[in-house]
Amino acid sequence: MAVRDYIRERFFPHIWCPGCGHGIVLNGLVRAVDHLGLKKNDIVMVSGIGCSSRIAGYLDFHTLHTIHGRALAFAIGVKMSRPDLTLLVPMGDGDALSIGGNHFIHACRRNIDMTAIVMNNRVYGMTGGQFSPLSGHGTMATTAPYSNIDQEFDVVTLATAAGATFVARATAYHVQQLPDILEEAIRHKGFSVVEVMTPCPTYFGRKNKEGSVVKMMDNLKTGTTPIGSKAKQENPSLIERGIFVKKEMPEYCAEYQKIIERAMKGM
Amino acid sequence: MAKLKLKTHVINREWCKGCGICVHFCPKKVLELDEFEKVVAARPQDCICCKLCELRCPDLAIEVQTEQD
Repeated sequence: MAVRDYIRERFFPHIWCPGCGHGIVLNGLVRAVDHLGLKKNDIVMVSGIGCSSRIAGYLDFHTLHTIHGRALAFAIGVKMSRPDLTLLVPMGDGDALSIGGNHFIHACRRNIDMTAIVMNNRVYGMTGGQFSPLSGHGTMATTAPYSNIDQEFDVVTLATAAGATFVARATAYHVQQLPDILEEAIRHKGFSVVEVMTPCPTYFGRKNKEGSVVKMMDNLKTGTTPIGSKAKQENPSLIERGIFVKKEMPEYCAEYQKIIERAMKGM
Repeated sequence: MAKLKLKTHVINREWCKGCGICVHFCPKKVLELDEFEKVVAARPQDCICCKLCELRCPDLAIEVQTEQD
């Protein structure tokens, strides 16, 4: 496959810092789309604001770079008017869970067919390293110089509770699993949430003395484990990765079409 | 699957930012950073074409081309 077929080369090299995990998500996403055999013209990528949201500019699909936290709202508008299109919604952890928290849970609840990718680097990178709702208790940030006292959301648990019908977690280290999970999420008919744990060496890494990006990638390797592994039983602090939820539920656009047909009968 | 045979490593020096991810995680230690902090294939004869460098590169700066491609 040729990665170059899917990107807007004129904007490369991209603005992300050396080692930024968002580039690895871009890399994996291109492979997933290629493997699915989707036409670029049938894909709409809608993003909000933040480092992660810059991904929309680099991909040669139909792309909308919208407002902070509201990518899902714009994406729902596109999908409702053109249900035949494939919607991809990359978001950062702050964009998805803080500014766009309400959009996120209600999109999960509605089960509208699109793929939300939460690129979780545990920090607001673009604006200078403030803590996000996924930074976690005890972490350091420019706005938490004496350590953060906020507990973090668990994206997987939150999305599951809110009703998403496909919920998965991947990491920027596990690059053979990443395109497979994204592919399955895109294939799923309903609202898919994929959390991808990505390193931010510039802010999260530096503030939390995690060392180089290589060390941060090593932490993703040693700090995570496949769902239901024996390692998890022995060490509960490990973070599980894989597909947590995959279930069939009525899809929003299909249900809406039924309402249209019912209403038209009465005309 | 037949064993993949290396043709070449295509490295885009303009895009490489020298993060070192590919160098560190190469299972055969094929890659190195040069004096300009750009990746080079120092030991291509050891490459097993696993393409992990290509998959992990955040900058899409390296491609492993094989005879089978």
